[in-house]
Amino acid sequence: MWRDASLIAGRDLRVEARSRVTLNQVAPFALLVLILFAFALDPDGPILERATPGLYWVTVLFSALLAIARSAALDETDGVRDALRLSALDPAGVFVGKAAAVAAELAALEVLLGVGVIILYGADPASLGLLLATCLAATVAVASTGTLYGALVSGLRVRETLLPLLLLPVLAPVLIAATRAFESALGGDPARGWPWCGLLATFAVLYSVAGALAYGTLLEGS
Amino acid sequence: MEPVVHLRDAVALLGRFPALAGINLDVARGEVVLLRGPNGAGKTTVLRVCAGLVPVVRGEATVLGHDLRHDVRPVRRRVGLLGHATGLFDDLTVADNVTFWGRAYRATPADIDAALDLVGLSGRLRDVGVARLSAGQRRRTSLACLLARRPELWLLDEPHAGLDHDARDLLDGLVRQAADQGATVLLSSHELERAEALADRVVTLDGGMAGRVEPGVVPTEAAKAPATTLTGVPDVA
Repeated sequence: MWRDASLIAGRDLRVEARSRVTLNQVAPFALLVLILFAFALDPDGPILERATPGLYWVTVLFSALLAIARSAALDETDGVRDALRLSALDPAGVFVGKAAAVAAELAALEVLLGVGVIILYGADPASLGLLLATCLAATVAVASTGTLYGALVSGLRVRETLLPLLLLPVLAPVLIAATRAFESALGGDPARGWPWCGLLATFAVLYSVAGALAYGTLLEGS
Repeated sequence: MEPVVHLRDAVALLGRFPALAGINLDVARGEVVLLRGPNGAGKTTVLRVCAGLVPVVRGEATVLGHDLRHDVRPVRRRVGLLGHATGLFDDLTVADNVTFWGRAYRATPADIDAALDLVGLSGRLRDVGVARLSAGQRRRTSLACLLARRPELWLLDEPHAGLDHDARDLLDGLVRQAADQGATVLLSSHELERAEALADRVVTLDGGMAGRVEPGVVPTEAAKAPATTLTGVPDVA
């Protein structure tokens, strides 16, 4: 399974490196959202400071939708899905590889957005351990859930619009937990954030296991 | 000897529509069989059934000794399907694509290099992005992916489409060579003159049913038996 996951992740990242969709489109989109939030909420006022964790994770989720849709679309083109079914690849490995590639792209985006909120919103990244653990757990959770739902809607003509409708409600617990953990980390009270981080980790493990088990069935059914 | 493909009263559905309505077909090892018929006759569906991509809901269906109704994964790993879709990634180069699919099929690096060489893509085209290729070059790249996996059963859906004269000759040579080495080939083509010259046997399909063995081609031992018979459309509602 790990060999297949490595093969798939390598392919998806190589496609990304050649097409530069994340670099040229998703990253500017994410920064634009951050800037628009700053315009909408007075950057000198207390509202923006209080809302920083939530705005950060909303922006991550919006950007993740683009990355996930792009990842799902890769296997929709020109008979790729049939070729995958005919291959000797383990479906669980395909799932893990695709989720890992999405997670790598999201991690890069989160770093960029992190720099953005420090510069634009004046956020103080105290409690770095909690921030990093939260980012890791939330990234795995979003990538695995997104990859699973991307496969679920594949083959449907309305998949581009259906994916956000299905995915965002499912990811609401991730948004809430990651925001609370970030609030604690930025507010200088990390002890209150670790339980939220634990919730994120549980969510990540559940969806990773569910995705690895269900991906073969979804690949056949789409 | 057990046939490589054995379909007996096989019914396959696309949605609720019976795309194959009780087909009978036997193909022996090393045989090259041409499926022909009008558009919508079920040629592509027969090939996809044999690849294990379209499920058989009724009748007998055995490919490479495995029952397609219960044991489809071992079949998929041993067949190669060259269909209308290429299965290629436009953002990757020819070599990237063939290497990816070759590794997905557990091919060795030597097999991958040999496949690129056989279809004439080992030169400067090797590092060209697939998006920049002509339709014929994309087809060659797909063929290289198929060659890299060394399938026991070749399933070729309109393999001559989009290829120039030289590439068609190349393809025919590769098919004949594979058959001589023991691979079995099932192909559909509207290039009838060329395909009939390549085939050991011709089977005509109409309305999802196999019609008759055509005269004028050299029948193999398997073809001398009544391998293809007309059957009625079963009730699949």
